[in-house]
Amino acid sequence: MYRYDEFDHTFVRQRVEQFRDQVERRLSGALSEDEFRPLRLMNGLYLQLHAYMLRVAIPYGTLSSRQMRCLAHIARTYDKGYGHFTTRQNIQFNWPALKDVPDILLDLAEVEMHALQTSGNCIRNVTADQYAGAAADEIEDPRVWCEIIRQWSSLHPEFSFLPRKFKIAVTGAPNDRAAVAVHDIGLRIVRNEAGEVGFQVLVGGGQGRTPVIGAVIRPFLPKRYLLSYLEAILRVYNLLGRRDNIFKARIKILVQQVGAAVFADMVEDEWQQIKDGPVELPAGELERIQAYFAPPPFETLPDADSGFADAQAGDPAFTAWTRSNLAAHRQPGYAIVNLSLKPVGGIPGDATAAQMDAVADLADRYSFGEIRVSHEQNLILPHVRLQDLYPLWQALEGIGFATANIGLASDIIACPGLDYCSLANARSIPIAQEISRRFAALDRLHDIGELRIKISGCINACGHHHVGHIGILGVDKKGEEFYQLTLGGDATDTAALGDLIGPAVSVHKVVDAVETLVGVYLEHRQNGERFLDTYRRVGLQPFKETLYATH
Amino acid sequence: MSKHVITANRLVDGAVVYLTVGGGWSERIADAAVADGKEAGAVLMAKAEQAVADCLVVAPYLIDVADADGGIRAQRYRERIRSDGPSIHPEFAKT
Repeated sequence: MYRYDEFDHTFVRQRVEQFRDQVERRLSGALSEDEFRPLRLMNGLYLQLHAYMLRVAIPYGTLSSRQMRCLAHIARTYDKGYGHFTTRQNIQFNWPALKDVPDILLDLAEVEMHALQTSGNCIRNVTADQYAGAAADEIEDPRVWCEIIRQWSSLHPEFSFLPRKFKIAVTGAPNDRAAVAVHDIGLRIVRNEAGEVGFQVLVGGGQGRTPVIGAVIRPFLPKRYLLSYLEAILRVYNLLGRRDNIFKARIKILVQQVGAAVFADMVEDEWQQIKDGPVELPAGELERIQAYFAPPPFETLPDADSGFADAQAGDPAFTAWTRSNLAAHRQPGYAIVNLSLKPVGGIPGDATAAQMDAVADLADRYSFGEIRVSHEQNLILPHVRLQDLYPLWQALEGIGFATANIGLASDIIACPGLDYCSLANARSIPIAQEISRRFAALDRLHDIGELRIKISGCINACGHHHVGHIGILGVDKKGEEFYQLTLGGDATDTAALGDLIGPAVSVHKVVDAVETLVGVYLEHRQNGERFLDTYRRVGLQPFKETLYATH
Repeated sequence: MSKHVITANRLVDGAVVYLTVGGGWSERIADAAVADGKEAGAVLMAKAEQAVADCLVVAPYLIDVADADGGIRAQRYRERIRSDGPSIHPEFAKT
């Protein structure tokens, strides 16, 4: 993992003390709310429905056990005993008092964490494949480049007041688990015909009220040019992006207005002026950063483990969990383990302080002290020996994180919705809870197979509903909660936006509607088809006819 | 005439609060001063603006309420969630 150097430590602590002074001046009345608001937002502090909310960055979703214990400490000491992992691989605390926030930030600084650039019109926390450095299908570890981007973009003087917020995601594997096509910039590490490794660059993706799949503006960018090319994109956007209308300020609107080809030409012109200039990485810097992400000291193990095989044979519940919650590791004898933060009837992404501490202990015991956060609001232990899977599963059962549902109908992304968020029109979490209860039976859940349900409580789409196989969007109709349904969205390397099926359904009918849609899929599916495959083959009509005939 | 109360977030901790008859701020909507009509609402809002200047609360505004169960209840669902707490955490309800 990346470790702060002396400069990083000093910089983050200075920011904490600056904010402490700003909070004191706000509480004394020396600063008005209008003056204070941009200052608190620069430090990740929002004012939501019930209280302040602090959004803490988890760069590229990588946490150490020590950092996780600090998050548990914050939840226990300053909040109501829990935290919420988000779709941007961050964690949010929903109840901190303003007077305590400087102390929270100081505690975070001790474990090399902060809340900088988790809000505001700047380059936000860079996200990555949660399996980075572990996945069997990976070309290169994307976190090296995420860290380089993080250092380049932190307090970048030219890009601290962009027209709007700016999100970058990086995947190092052809199977996109980082949803790069719906980010302002998506980077895919690819190999060209000569076998060289570089980046495919996508620009102008995003969700919100104007969902767009990003366009490839450069099929192959040599790695050494990443920062100058990013800088060229940001410069074009900073100059031409709209500042007169918040709803048209994201880069996707600019790319759509001028066209991806013209935008690519603009970037090229800018890039030619700064390429090979001072923004490129100095000699040795890539190697210095890479060293922080060296693989842990894996044991040399066989591909298979007899103890693991015996446990599978003897325990059907364990077997079900291994079917859905493991992913292939690049190192023989190891597996990637997904911890489901979606228990039946639970709140997607929530973890109590006790659960966080327990995960930290399990990471130390079984995964070299490493933990990951996924944009799907789950946790991951990335490096677990096959022989340790059974005792790990038993321990996860004990803390409620062993639900065998990763990628299945109850593994739902849900934004905080109207239960917390001042922007929301409708609740998201209770809908997710009810769907997970409806699909609680494991046999049925596994029979249905991969099904990505994503719920947003407003058009800002923090719950990624546009790219859900079934997307659910909460709307307010004369003070009542209604939900629009979309079908066929996809956040992966075959990215697509969902199609609106028809009129919104009431809060009382939305879970029935989801069950009806699943029934139509089961009726039409052919061998081996996922929900998304069947939808793509048969189209919207059979789903629509059945749904509106039923409701 | 429509009935209103003033709500805001308390500066020091962000808690949802309501302006009371005595000019203080309570976490319980039941304690709120109720204004009948626009003019009475404006009088309450002037008091609230003073509380903003005194660094007690942030962003006060009027909400519609109706009589219910011998007390008052916010009309809009959003405001009911603010007064009652998150629907997913009944243990946080302010009774």
